Amino acid sequence: MSIYVNKDTKLLVQGITGNEGSFHARACIEYGTKIVAGVTPGKGGQKMDDVPVFNTVRQAVETTGATASLIFVPPPFGADAIMEAADAGVDLIVTITEGIPILDMVKVKNFLIAKNCRLIGPNCPGIITPDECKIGIMPGNIHKKGNIGVISRSGTLTYEVVDQLTKLGMGQSTCIGIGGDPVNGTNFIEVLEAFQNDDETSGIVMVGEIGGSAEEEAACFIKENLTKPVVGFIAGLTAPPGRRMGHAGAIISGSSGTGAAKIAAFKDNGIHVCENLGQIGRICKEIF
Amino acid sequence: MKIHEYQAKALFRQYNVPVPDGKPAFSVDDAKEIAVGLNGFPVMVKAQIHAGGRGKGGGVKLASSMEEVETLAAQILGMTLVTHQTGPEGRIVKKLLIEAGQKIEKELYLSLLVDRATASIVIMASRDGGMNIEEVAANTPERIIKIYVDPLMGIQGYQLRQVGFGLEIPGPAMKQFLGLLSNLYKFFIANDCSMVEINPLILTSDDEVLALDAKVDFDSNALYRHKDLMALRDLDEEDSLEVEALKFNLNYINLDGNVGNIVNGAGLAMATMDIIKNAGATPANFMDVGGGASSEQVENAFRIILADDKVKALLVNIFGGILRCDIFAQGVVDAARKTGINIPVVVRMEGTNVDEGKKILADAKLNLISAVDLSDAAQKIAAAVK
Repeated sequence: MSIYVNKDTKLLVQGITGNEGSFHARACIEYGTKIVAGVTPGKGGQKMDDVPVFNTVRQAVETTGATASLIFVPPPFGADAIMEAADAGVDLIVTITEGIPILDMVKVKNFLIAKNCRLIGPNCPGIITPDECKIGIMPGNIHKKGNIGVISRSGTLTYEVVDQLTKLGMGQSTCIGIGGDPVNGTNFIEVLEAFQNDDETSGIVMVGEIGGSAEEEAACFIKENLTKPVVGFIAGLTAPPGRRMGHAGAIISGSSGTGAAKIAAFKDNGIHVCENLGQIGRICKEIF
Repeated sequence: MKIHEYQAKALFRQYNVPVPDGKPAFSVDDAKEIAVGLNGFPVMVKAQIHAGGRGKGGGVKLASSMEEVETLAAQILGMTLVTHQTGPEGRIVKKLLIEAGQKIEKELYLSLLVDRATASIVIMASRDGGMNIEEVAANTPERIIKIYVDPLMGIQGYQLRQVGFGLEIPGPAMKQFLGLLSNLYKFFIANDCSMVEINPLILTSDDEVLALDAKVDFDSNALYRHKDLMALRDLDEEDSLEVEALKFNLNYINLDGNVGNIVNGAGLAMATMDIIKNAGATPANFMDVGGGASSEQVENAFRIILADDKVKALLVNIFGGILRCDIFAQGVVDAARKTGINIPVVVRMEGTNVDEGKKILADAKLNLISAVDLSDAAQKIAAAVK
């Protein structure tokens, strides 16, 4: 098993005819992902390589039976695209788009409560189950099939972690970037729970960063509910307060969201803390 | 995006959120002219900078005569105001707000912000106005009122009343307060605010409710739909290198250390700063060239960091994903040709097209120090600045 996606996942891509959309759709197909449809309003009936393009997500789902969507649309249309996918009955929505206004996401998040679907992102690299399904923009070749679950708020930082794991012979069950925005879909706790229940996952790497309190809440959840070992890393210990560090969500507000508080929460709750990114592979090797 | 108090108050007026009479002054003469137009004395002379703690730093004074307005305006305009939020270097005051003094009966606290955890708008209020709200929250949490507003429903009457009665607003002022809060919520939503804070919100001896201060922060991601607000941006309040970086869509923050760094991706950039610190040096900046940077962006990233005199060495950490290493390497070569690189540069590159990237750098015969992995890079950069 793996979590959320596997070799049977049927994917559609919203924004498939754009630069980014077509580039990454091709990379996903090359990796082995089953992309069954694309959606670009006004371009229905065309094809992107061999992939049929539809005007609406509903048409794409009805015609092809797609169960997941990957979103590349520009930020002003991001919220609308997510809601369209949810309304069309897609189970999993992975949103790569960076820069969706926070009030749009606040509305989307509340809209999704009544829908039966999972949102990953926005502002994230996506999700990959190595050798089976890649839904996102991560370089596929650094991944290796195995038993470590990886969850992160970041993109390239996750690649760094995965690369160290792979080079030391530790493959991954599923790797998920939940995104760097302050209001996002799937959170740490949901993914941790899924990894705990996944037979193929034997250890978890959790990569957090400054801002908000999601890591602290996840740490408490881990202590209460997880039996699998967790290695944790927090980026941004040297970040100054009050400045947005690239990610919209990576900001220390007053005394909340500091790296030190997150590290302390990790340590208090039995998570193995890695304080130096260069060593994370080696530490995982020891723990797992 | 932050704006000044005087700008926030002008917006409040448009939304019928009551504020004292007043106008911005850019010179001592301005200040006097505005004071004449106000209804007598005292008059407040308030420094306008994008940082809190202005009062404690000596940037907010009360004038009881025209002579005092003149003296105080002259004293505050041009002063370097140091507060707990400006850092030790402080900010030069270039603008004032001249405002009618008020008969304050009670100071309250009121703010609206986006709550990440509940994905709602939270209203925070307290009878302990004028104080540091974080301290109030830590020491006497029972004195903070928190109301969560469903963004799809908007603010409801009972929620307004919960805040009003919770703040013990007296009867004659209640109607005005409920209107103020309702209008403030409209302002927040209509302008894509990420935070609005009024500290203090005052109750006057005439039972009037007024926003004595106004702090507003807008969601930068939403500015594309608020061209009018973009005009309120004050570049004087921003670091000139940061302004330059923004032109090229580079995420750059200028810091105090001496080790510059260029990284792709925000998380990896933060982690790279931490690595520099771990190795015993200090980061001079945060620089995320983004997931899909062009070689032109990379070139500009180099130029901006090298323009910073305090940078004594540069660490480049690239994990090629969407950003291919060959594109990155080309940017480095272009930067070296145009700007010249005269400090030690440690390069650690991994990921997509890394071999092509390394070849481009090797062929250009630049004087770069290459690192095999992060630990190696950290040691080499620390050695370079020792």
